[in-house]
Amino acid sequence: MKSFVFPEFEIIRDEEKCGQCRGCERQCAFGTHTYDPVADRLISDNYKCVGCQRCVIFCPKDAIVVRPTQSFYRPNASWSREKLEDLKKQAETGGVILTGCGTDKQFRIYWDHIVLNASQVTNPSIDPLREPMELRTFLGAKPDLMDISAKDGDVEIKTSLSPNLMVETPILFSAMSYGAISYNAFRSLATAACKSGTYFNTGEGGLPQEMRDEFGRCAIVQVASGRFGIDAEYLNCAQAVEIKVGQGAKPGIGGHLPGEKVSAAVAQTRMIPMGTDAISPAPHHDIYSIEDLSMLIFALKEATNYEKPISVKIAAVHNFAAIASGIVRAGADIIAIDGLRGGTGAAPKAIRDNVGIPIELAISSLDRRLRNEGIRNRCSIIAAGGIRCSSDVIKAIALGADAVYIGSAALIAMGCTLCQKCYTGKCNWGICTQDPRLSGRLNVDIASQRLSNLITAWSHEISEMLGGMGINALESLRGNRDHLRGVGLYEWELDVLGIKGAGE
Amino acid sequence: MPRIRRELYNKEICACSIFGAMNRDSERFTGAGVMKAIANMHVRGNGLGGGFAAYGIYPQYEDYYAFHLMFTGRSVAAKLSAKKELDAFLCQKFDVVYDEEIPHGDEATVSDPPLVWRYFVLPKKQGEDSLLSDEDYIVSNVMLVNTRIENANVFSSGKNMGCFKGVGYPEDIGVYFMLDKLYSAYAWTAHGRFPTNTQAWWGGAHPFGLLDTTIVHNGEISSYGTNRWYLEMYGYACTLQTDTEVIAYAADLLMRRQKLPIEIVAKILAPPIWNAIDQMNETEKKLLTTLRMVYAPLLMNGPFAIIIGQTGRMIGLTDRIRLRPITAATRGEMFYLSSEEASIRLISPQLDRVWTPNGGEPVVGELNSMRKVLQ
Amino acid sequence: MVRAATSQSSLKPDQVEEGKDALIDATDLQTKELNGRLRDLMLTGVKKVNIINVYGQRYIGTRLYTPEHLKMEIEIFGTPGNDLAAFLYGHKITVHGNAQDGVGNTMDTGEIIVKGRAGDVLAFSMRGGEIYVRDNCGYRTALHMKEYEDKRPVLVVGGRSQDFLGEYMAGGIVILLDLHDQTHEANFIGSGMHGGVIYLRGSVERSQVGGQVDISPLNDADRAVLDQYVSKFVEHFPEIDKSREEILNSQFVRLTPKSKRPYGNLYAY
Repeated sequence: MKSFVFPEFEIIRDEEKCGQCRGCERQCAFGTHTYDPVADRLISDNYKCVGCQRCVIFCPKDAIVVRPTQSFYRPNASWSREKLEDLKKQAETGGVILTGCGTDKQFRIYWDHIVLNASQVTNPSIDPLREPMELRTFLGAKPDLMDISAKDGDVEIKTSLSPNLMVETPILFSAMSYGAISYNAFRSLATAACKSGTYFNTGEGGLPQEMRDEFGRCAIVQVASGRFGIDAEYLNCAQAVEIKVGQGAKPGIGGHLPGEKVSAAVAQTRMIPMGTDAISPAPHHDIYSIEDLSMLIFALKEATNYEKPISVKIAAVHNFAAIASGIVRAGADIIAIDGLRGGTGAAPKAIRDNVGIPIELAISSLDRRLRNEGIRNRCSIIAAGGIRCSSDVIKAIALGADAVYIGSAALIAMGCTLCQKCYTGKCNWGICTQDPRLSGRLNVDIASQRLSNLITAWSHEISEMLGGMGINALESLRGNRDHLRGVGLYEWELDVLGIKGAGE
Repeated sequence: MPRIRRELYNKEICACSIFGAMNRDSERFTGAGVMKAIANMHVRGNGLGGGFAAYGIYPQYEDYYAFHLMFTGRSVAAKLSAKKELDAFLCQKFDVVYDEEIPHGDEATVSDPPLVWRYFVLPKKQGEDSLLSDEDYIVSNVMLVNTRIENANVFSSGKNMGCFKGVGYPEDIGVYFMLDKLYSAYAWTAHGRFPTNTQAWWGGAHPFGLLDTTIVHNGEISSYGTNRWYLEMYGYACTLQTDTEVIAYAADLLMRRQKLPIEIVAKILAPPIWNAIDQMNETEKKLLTTLRMVYAPLLMNGPFAIIIGQTGRMIGLTDRIRLRPITAATRGEMFYLSSEEASIRLISPQLDRVWTPNGGEPVVGELNSMRKVLQ
Repeated sequence: MVRAATSQSSLKPDQVEEGKDALIDATDLQTKELNGRLRDLMLTGVKKVNIINVYGQRYIGTRLYTPEHLKMEIEIFGTPGNDLAAFLYGHKITVHGNAQDGVGNTMDTGEIIVKGRAGDVLAFSMRGGEIYVRDNCGYRTALHMKEYEDKRPVLVVGGRSQDFLGEYMAGGIVILLDLHDQTHEANFIGSGMHGGVIYLRGSVERSQVGGQVDISPLNDADRAVLDQYVSKFVEHFPEIDKSREEILNSQFVRLTPKSKRPYGNLYAY
């Protein structure tokens, strides 16, 4: 069937600069550039280009420009080019439109409407370069009261504490499974996490055997609906176990790792035949109700001898605060909420762009709900879903989160340009692919260095902003909405966020 | 122009444990066993709701409707004021033969109990109301009380049966109302709740009752918004902010008002999927297609396991794809339903038959005496 | 309401006489206590435990992972609660009675024998080891069971299963014997199946089975597999009234996935 769809990107090659080194041909796994030996020039096929910019960055002569094509349909406010062309694709194939990364649609970005405070005169700002600035935080359940006896100088803590994760900075690497991302990318995240005093999350792909000894100490392992790679050793080698109930990019549906990404190594870690689709069903089939989730939480506590905090990751959807409250009561130590703009390796576009709520509203709503019920200290909240910069992190904490997970941001640090073609397995940056030819391009030392740099840079900026607010310990900002004001927001939004308007 | 009220169906999520026990020879037994059984499933709840329904407990008043009322309110004065208003209303609309506070102990761990009272009444129909059947009269007045009289809630309104419920673990509610000491019933249902709203209130616990139909429910009705608007068209007021309400009202509408047998009602609430229907013979196919077409808004979607109690009958039903567990068992004349088998074994270590019913297929236990009448 | 602080169990193991099996009376024991005692017994070197008066305690066998891979045999008298042997790592558990939901949930290695029936989600995500259930089982049996190379889980059920048997199955062997010859009534068998094999004694209608599933007769390799596991089944349950030969000589069908990628055509790229 002839396709009626225009190419999304066009390649403009400066023929004078191009030295016919064929580097672009080698860089592109989509086969966009081919060398024509007769004419001695590179020919580019616009239809194949996904706009990942790899060839542009790596052209030694700076000879290539790749840019989105303009739409030449008659302008139509309702029928955008994307709507038109997705429809045509479906008419051609009868299939579900697949995509990757987080939603790119115009939903209000509340981070950009929130401003921070700074101290002046009455409360001095603190200088982070010379004065201590503490970002360390503990993730897990805290007891309501402590029973401490102090006798003759001997202090005894009688209350036994629930296990907690200690992080040096409130930025953790979000769950991205080995299988969705390459081994090198996965290992880079683990290396950087250990180096920077934070944690990485294995996602639902398991943790390869050879990584457990070295990286278990900064790993959060996931138990997802597909139960891939889960055995008692996997659970016990890590520092926390996370039950994945949902994720922001695709709430309510399962995951689907296409067979071409299930290489021999992925198959071994996930314990399924090579080349099979790795299907994570929508629900955990042993969780159909809140008491079932409680059952799984305690099953994992039993399996880890009550030594690890158990986290539950849910997507932020309409009624989620009530659900989250139930999850806390069900015994979870940490709740990870993933908002509308969360990323993914593969999701139907319809779900990615239409299901879920923005994380900013979710954090406030959840924090308030748990406080109203008097159970806020029974869990920590980790927020995720399109955190882009350090100011987003600090606003998240001020709204009530204990820490954030970064996914897309981490991938971007490693080279990702959000071309949204992760599901093809042909990531030219070596990140979302199992093709060794491609993943070999991602050098673990360099990529992990980029990630550590990111954490360092953001942590420093957070310290600056904290100091500016007159705070020298992160715990004093958590849920402290007094330090936030809204600009350009409706009243109901201010209400949900729980912040005043600027000037009030 | 007033702002259009946004469609905010505020409902709680409810997950839990359910249990039922019935003696088909009509022999009555105390609540002790059922309390023990539901306590065994303690971890399925979180102490924010528990309750029981008991059938055959008021033989000396078996011809009267037994209204169980709770008067909530922050202060004793508020509770008494609600009672005063209710009493006035009741005397107007009913002949009250006898009333008293429902006895309770002190030593249980229940939180903030309301004033709980029972009235044995007969309808006193006047004017247009004389055209209504007794039962319709009761239902409409129960809805009136629950929507109009603040802090008063009728939570049980059948003959020779009653609900006992509140905020606390079910075994504690049982102790509070002394169900093991004061009452003998031929059928008991019980429920332990795991709601997700700490402002749990006594009226929100299960069972939900209307006339002699009671429901205990484990799960979440994802079709609640749809079910609710349909039932509201028929005069049911969904005031209790819990999805279980719609099951109780649907059962009342279909079984009492429309007199449909339970096998048909099950096929409305939990119909087979279209693929299966298309494979059936013509008669069945026509019946099921019609039911699904007409009663589409009553399809209960989402995981559920329910026990419906009625005079002389106990029915267990799960959703079409059995997302919630239910185990049925028999031992002699005893018939049991439970979320977990272990609870049945605890009170009856020997069982004749144990099975897990199919999704969407009701398990019906009936008193032997009733069956003879029907035949 | 102040939440009770989680206390650590520092229970003394029951006195163990040399050569005798250990005994735990589970009357009035909560799940956490019972499992704590089991673990303590294992850590002191006990190899076999009998647990009596079990009524609904959960996750029995789950808290028994050690890096040294210590192993224990456990006999349960009563009705164990949900998630029996979840994440089991190598032990052997025998239930003298019925089991509930979640038996062998994400089990890794070991053996479970149930002298009775099992509930829903039996062998869910099972990845190794063997489970033998004498009577029927409930919904969603062997859901997403998986295997890798020689690590192949096996489930043998003497009775029948309810709907969604083998849903999303990715590997492993499931054998349903229907020893009371009642015919299989389950629907949606093998829905989403993309690995592994199901053997049903008797037959099924095409309409009961998922679209991605092939129904075929047995070959010699299949018969060898059946022989191996049916023999073990019969050994574990001498009380059944059919002999090994009778069972093996019956008609069987084999269900396998048509493709490793049942949803390969679902998406538009």
